[in-house]
Amino acid sequence: MTPFGYSRAQDVADAVRRGGEAGTMYLGGGTNLVDLMRETIERPTMLVDVTGLSRDITETPDGGLRIGAAARNTALAEDRRVRTRYPVLTRAIVAGASAQIRNMATVGGNLLQRTRCGYFYDDDGSRCNKRAPGQGCDAIEGFNRNHAILGASSACVAVHPSDMCVALAALDAVVHLESSAGPRVLRFTDFHRLPGDHPQIETMLQPGELITAIELPPLPFARRSTYRKVRDRSSYAFALVSVAAAIEIENGRVGAVRIALGGVAHKPWRASKAEAALRGQPANAASFAAAAEAELADARPLKDNGFKIALAKRAIVAVLETLA
Amino acid sequence: MSIVEDARQLAQGAMQGAMAKAVALAPDSWVPGGKPDPLIARQHGHVGKPVSRLDGPLKVSGTARFAAEFSFDNMVYGALVYSTIAKGRIVEIDTGEAEAAPGVVTVMTHRNAPRLNPPPVFLSNPKAAGGDTLPVMQDDRIHWNGEPVAVVLAQTQEQADHAASLIRVRYAEETALLGFEEAKARGTRQGLFMGPPLHNEIGEAEAALAAAPVKVDATYRTPRHNHNAIELHAVTVAWQGETLRVHDASQLVAHTAWSMAQIFGIDAAQVVITSPFVGGGFGGKCMWQHHILAAAAAKVAGRPVRLVLSREGVYRIVGGRSLTEQRVALGASPDGKLKALIHTGTTAKTADNVMPEPFIMPTRSAYAAETMLLDVQTVELDMLANTFMRAPGEAVGTFALESAIDELAEALAIDPIELRMRNDPEKDPISGLPFSSHNLAEAYRAGAERFGWGARAARPGAVRDGEWLVGMGCATGTYPYYRMPGGAARITLRSDGHATIDIAAHEMGMGTATAQTQVAADRLGLELDAITFNYGDSTLPGVVLAGGSQQTASIGASVIAAHHALVKELLKTAGNDSPLAGLEPDQVASRDGGLCKLDDPARYESYASILRRAQRDTICVEASPPQPLETMHWSMHSHCAMFCEVRVNAVTGEPRVSRFLGSFDCGRILNPKTASSQFRGGIIMGLGLALMEETLFDERNGRIMNPSLADYHVPVHMDVPDIDVIWTDIADPHTPMGAHGIGEIGITGTGAAIANAIYNATGKRVRDLPITLDKLL
Repeated sequence: MTPFGYSRAQDVADAVRRGGEAGTMYLGGGTNLVDLMRETIERPTMLVDVTGLSRDITETPDGGLRIGAAARNTALAEDRRVRTRYPVLTRAIVAGASAQIRNMATVGGNLLQRTRCGYFYDDDGSRCNKRAPGQGCDAIEGFNRNHAILGASSACVAVHPSDMCVALAALDAVVHLESSAGPRVLRFTDFHRLPGDHPQIETMLQPGELITAIELPPLPFARRSTYRKVRDRSSYAFALVSVAAAIEIENGRVGAVRIALGGVAHKPWRASKAEAALRGQPANAASFAAAAEAELADARPLKDNGFKIALAKRAIVAVLETLA
Repeated sequence: MSIVEDARQLAQGAMQGAMAKAVALAPDSWVPGGKPDPLIARQHGHVGKPVSRLDGPLKVSGTARFAAEFSFDNMVYGALVYSTIAKGRIVEIDTGEAEAAPGVVTVMTHRNAPRLNPPPVFLSNPKAAGGDTLPVMQDDRIHWNGEPVAVVLAQTQEQADHAASLIRVRYAEETALLGFEEAKARGTRQGLFMGPPLHNEIGEAEAALAAAPVKVDATYRTPRHNHNAIELHAVTVAWQGETLRVHDASQLVAHTAWSMAQIFGIDAAQVVITSPFVGGGFGGKCMWQHHILAAAAAKVAGRPVRLVLSREGVYRIVGGRSLTEQRVALGASPDGKLKALIHTGTTAKTADNVMPEPFIMPTRSAYAAETMLLDVQTVELDMLANTFMRAPGEAVGTFALESAIDELAEALAIDPIELRMRNDPEKDPISGLPFSSHNLAEAYRAGAERFGWGARAARPGAVRDGEWLVGMGCATGTYPYYRMPGGAARITLRSDGHATIDIAAHEMGMGTATAQTQVAADRLGLELDAITFNYGDSTLPGVVLAGGSQQTASIGASVIAAHHALVKELLKTAGNDSPLAGLEPDQVASRDGGLCKLDDPARYESYASILRRAQRDTICVEASPPQPLETMHWSMHSHCAMFCEVRVNAVTGEPRVSRFLGSFDCGRILNPKTASSQFRGGIIMGLGLALMEETLFDERNGRIMNPSLADYHVPVHMDVPDIDVIWTDIADPHTPMGAHGIGEIGITGTGAAIANAIYNATGKRVRDLPITLDKLL
């Protein structure tokens, strides 16, 4: 770990003022950042602790929820409104990490988790275009069982590790940001980037920009939503594939539907093609299978992860059948 | 009934009670015609009671001190820098920035390390403790990806870690041999284990296989595994004058002391290794480079050093289990009698170690096959030296063998337990020796009944519960009884009747100190609180390895030998005024804190009385047991029958163990409480071996790519179902206490039981571990 300074932000303005300095990073629960610092992958010279900023979960005028970025993952998962209106979000959160980590981790920090690719973590011994742009990627020909099948590039095949974010992608969430240039809002599905030629740039955040809140729109049919995570052990393992879904069925046909996938791409993967294929179709296994096929049509396997294509299809169908 | 009669009956009862409590001297060797240990017949003493761990309160209150919790004045903290190539030379190592970093005291590299002798590798001497023979930081050569190239010492751990990250190394890389397939193509060598070749033949097995009416012939693969004891490897070392003092986490203190002395060219008595508590050993807590580097760096800096490996560090410099590729071919007649048993294959080691994963070990005594061909070939790769890991050989060998037996049972349409019983050998198939104790059939009978084996559907894929396919499987596990030479113990008896046992043995969480206190208490006729059991200190008597599940027997035999010496000394000391006057050691027994005449317990005198009369404060004796000749006369093994129920998700392939039962035949169980933990722990480790453990060794550069507990999966609580353990408790008449060591047996057979259950659930036979969901989709 490289020596660093530490201070606590008094308020958003204070955070943003200090966060713009070179070498400064915001610190949430530290459940990922501190690990990355220990591995010398992140080497901030100053941390600005933003866990004292808003952690409130409040109703929005239109009937949605606004979640302060400093809310702990556990608090969000346990919120009664979340559990009843957006059960997919609660289920996604509790499927992740461990109780201890969820107690520490913040919602804002959860969005900024970095990939768990072993070659990314191996600061000394492996090549990685995220750590050292242009260096090359040892994962493409290496161990890539956990890696991406959708949206990858020749520069990077890593996946985003979050469970919570998969649910947020499905729920049409928006991200509230603040910087010295003022506030702005991004659709959640636009917040994370695909790797392209610049896998080191993982989100649309500008330098010094701070996540202040996540907003969930009112989504009445999300009361019928769930999250399924497929993994190598029962707990404390990242998703090989996960599915977040909410569905509205009217007269046996699919009305509104939201599907997102985890463990398959560099970002939480909104399954727009599957959604489009489903709308208006009979809510049955054949439609679900066709939707899954449509979404995975562009999937490209690597050496070790071809099984994820079939697994993702099966998981999508099983989740939709559960909800139907 | 008259008062007189009452009194007489009372007296008689008291006398019978005294007879029952009196424990004669145990035999001092176990050879044909000898008598079993009298403790076996003692049914109401401390042995066999579920005594809670005596060190439990220390551990739960955090007051048990582990290696990294000792400190010395003026101590500094160490961090290691590891090579990133597998083979080649260090061209340049830039330590300038690190040396200038805050708090740094010393940076040691091959340029300034003291000259050291290479480590004595295991078995090169009875006290050798080295994982390999490679010189430690003596030149610019790199032998594996992860080899230490620098040690940084600083005032704090954080400063040392930071400075270590500032060291820049430039290498001249050479072509390393890293690929298993490539190495096999270049040719294999005969594997040797503890000297002799891992090769056995009975008859013409290939011909018998070809002629057999029913046969199975398949290849099984097991990956590399790494040690992941919860306690990280750590040493706290100081040079005190000419003496090297080491607080260690060790399963072989005396071996390490001797070996360190060889490396540093000093007298063995100048190295003192202590290790009162160890947070898990499993074969990994032996002597590795961190011991040597910490002591060398302490010499360079002239200051005591604490060196705790990071979790990544454990993966980089502590060996694990090597990979195996095993062929098992079985030929049988239609009634299931084995005509041919072939178990051959290849494993990888290094050029500088002596440890081919001996996967044929469990097969040697398993089945009464008419012909046999067993063989282990090796290739040598440029990797970290592999080493012992819980049941080396048996853990992965039983996976292959017992999966194949299950396959044969299906081919024959015979129940897998019945097939095993039809081939249960009456004597050792290879050596021809009688078994000292062999009750596998009883273990199966009791296990099958308790588990409900009768409910198993013979047809695979027949049972479904919603999304889940449910199946049952079983397998045999086995582990040898060993007792290594080198045991010795000292007993110091005080005039207040308290006895201290000193032996350089080890407590790594197994419950050794507790169980051996129970044994010593019964042997000496004392209460538990009248016994102090000292261990984990290289200055104590004995060269005792806590490995090969042999420590129980080694300590047991050593204490028996010391007890003989003690009784002899007590009788000599007792003199003519004692009720014991004139008695010989074989005429007396220990009871109630003293000695009595064996057939007349009323002739009794307490230890305290004997010592007081002789005006002695203490009597101190030390003795060594005879050579372990018992294994020359009998084939000595523990066995278990493992039963598993799994659920495999039909949608996702996720395999989950829902029920497990281990039915053990391991001689007499000394402490059911600590034994249950040992059995369960072994089974849990076997569950990890079956379903998730795998070291990702990148054959392009020899680097381990998952050196963390997040990426290297071991079972979490939710993966572990209720595990039922039962045992025959049938004493082995040819061992101390009638007991066998039980540290390793639990992991054997477990992998196959799970694989066989998965087959029963799904109809899918997975022959390469771990059985991850992608193999079941």
